[in-house]
Amino acid sequence: MTDKTIDDPEIEEVDLWVSGTEEAEWDVYSTDEGAQKMRLEETGARLTEQLGSVVTDDYDLDDIITEDERMIINMGPQHPSTHGVLRLQLELEGEMIRRSKCVIGYLHTGMEKTAETLTFLQGPTNVTRMDYLAPLHNELCFSLAVERLLDIEVPPRAEVIRILMTELNRIASHLVAMATNGMDIGALSIMTYGFREREQILAFFEKTTGLRLNHNYIRPGGVAADLPPGWRADVSDICDTITGRLTDYEDMLKENPIWVGRTRGVGVITAEECRAYGITGPTLRSAGVPWDLRKAFPYSGIENYEFEVPVGEHGDVYDRYRVRIEEIIQSVGIVRQAADAMPKGDFRIDDRKVTPPPRHRIDESMEALIHHFKIFTEGFRVPAGETYVAIESPRGELGCYLVADGTGKPWRMHTRAPSFYNLQALPIMMADSVVADTIATIASLDPVMGDVDR
Amino acid sequence: MSEDLRERFPEAEWIDSHDQDVVRIAPDQLLEFGNVVHEAGFEVLADVTAVDWYRTRTPRFDVVVNLLSMQHRRRLRILVGVPDGDPVVPSLVPIWPGANFGEREVYDMFGITFDGHPDLTRILMPDDWEGYPLRKDFEVGAVPVQFKASHQVN
Repeated sequence: MTDKTIDDPEIEEVDLWVSGTEEAEWDVYSTDEGAQKMRLEETGARLTEQLGSVVTDDYDLDDIITEDERMIINMGPQHPSTHGVLRLQLELEGEMIRRSKCVIGYLHTGMEKTAETLTFLQGPTNVTRMDYLAPLHNELCFSLAVERLLDIEVPPRAEVIRILMTELNRIASHLVAMATNGMDIGALSIMTYGFREREQILAFFEKTTGLRLNHNYIRPGGVAADLPPGWRADVSDICDTITGRLTDYEDMLKENPIWVGRTRGVGVITAEECRAYGITGPTLRSAGVPWDLRKAFPYSGIENYEFEVPVGEHGDVYDRYRVRIEEIIQSVGIVRQAADAMPKGDFRIDDRKVTPPPRHRIDESMEALIHHFKIFTEGFRVPAGETYVAIESPRGELGCYLVADGTGKPWRMHTRAPSFYNLQALPIMMADSVVADTIATIASLDPVMGDVDR
Repeated sequence: MSEDLRERFPEAEWIDSHDQDVVRIAPDQLLEFGNVVHEAGFEVLADVTAVDWYRTRTPRFDVVVNLLSMQHRRRLRILVGVPDGDPVVPSLVPIWPGANFGEREVYDMFGITFDGHPDLTRILMPDDWEGYPLRKDFEVGAVPVQFKASHQVN
């Protein structure tokens, strides 16, 4: 039996750190851990940023409120309605959001660094994994940048195939946006509808490219393979199904009082704020700006197709949903035009520097075999230079900044991810609204975390 | 418009890069240049990034700013050379608030500091990460493999 007591000087004092008991002068947010966290008290530019009132100060919550009534809560990164691993820090006053901050990087895999170790031919396998809901747009953007540095033009059939595939991809992506937006608010039927129609498009992608996602189909110099036999029937089937079922979606959501009540006037952003923050895509168009890169800086012959740029009026969640639905209709039109206009000819460029020799040549010619081997192991050289190419992805301006130094691998490949820049809109949209609206707001922005973190 | 700019910034170097307007200016002129082109109609900052020219060029870094003018349907790219020893450029957040995330990413990946940025912290990497991953002297696969000494079933 020991007779040591707490007062016994022989007992060593244990150096324990207890959360929340820091010394008075110690600023925990300035240390290495927690620098990205939202501070209890913010001042100056950081405060206006988090209140979302940098451009227009439309904040009207009562600021004279005691500290006890404020609370900072974490939402995510493991939250089902953050569409991946987005983490939000929200300062609440009761049910109202006072300020907010997004913390990202939970899905960062260093794809831009990886791109520097891959050849230009392997590049699309890497970029296709960034925005996993619009992989073909990523591939197209990268391929266009490489082609501009190489100064080559792809054959007409390849261009039309590219438009056909990317527009189908846009429909699939918007269907997911609509489905998940509905699911987050509680409209579960629309979720099953959206994914059902998307499945049909993905089945066609699988038939054409071999994979449902991450296709590596659009490559520098054209596309990887020609369209499969029977593609015309498949595509027209998809178009008919989507146009037929759009009425179902309209019946379900367009004038549904619960849906309209949850989305009208929620998550509002103005055109001026969109421009200041570089926010593009359906979010910008919902604020009434008819800006679409397919019209402004046409690529892959998209200027030869007839389509309109739908715009909203109020810049709220409902308008963003409407813009996406209208864009599905426009994209179906483009897909039909592309299928009708499909020219005959090569699906990839007939330039042996970029394109491997055809399969039958490998069987009969040693040189062709060596050539095939070299192009897939070493790749092709791209002349030194730099360029920025941007296309309209379902989420906005998707850009690729590519720097080549004359070797077979890019010196630097940077992707201007639309979701990354669009996330900056969240504090603007969410400040001064209730917690329940955050979910509708995030879903309407349609961020893809693979695209944000890359 | 570009004639006017040429006169106002005689030291700026204008480059035609595959039919795109590119201008290279000194870091101390960046803010002034930014204000002028913002007034001239480049209301959107599309992207901020950087390139590391390790052992190939001096100054070592290029900060790349891609601007977009929706009213004129034009693009303009600004290149700013940044030396290795003291990598500091003025922040463009006061002109284009949307530069916030882009500059944080460049700071995170290249260690370039943006003077006047409201919240210059790491954005993609953990707060306590050492080094700047997109620098050319940051090795790929430098992270030690965990649990490699664990028990293996034959």
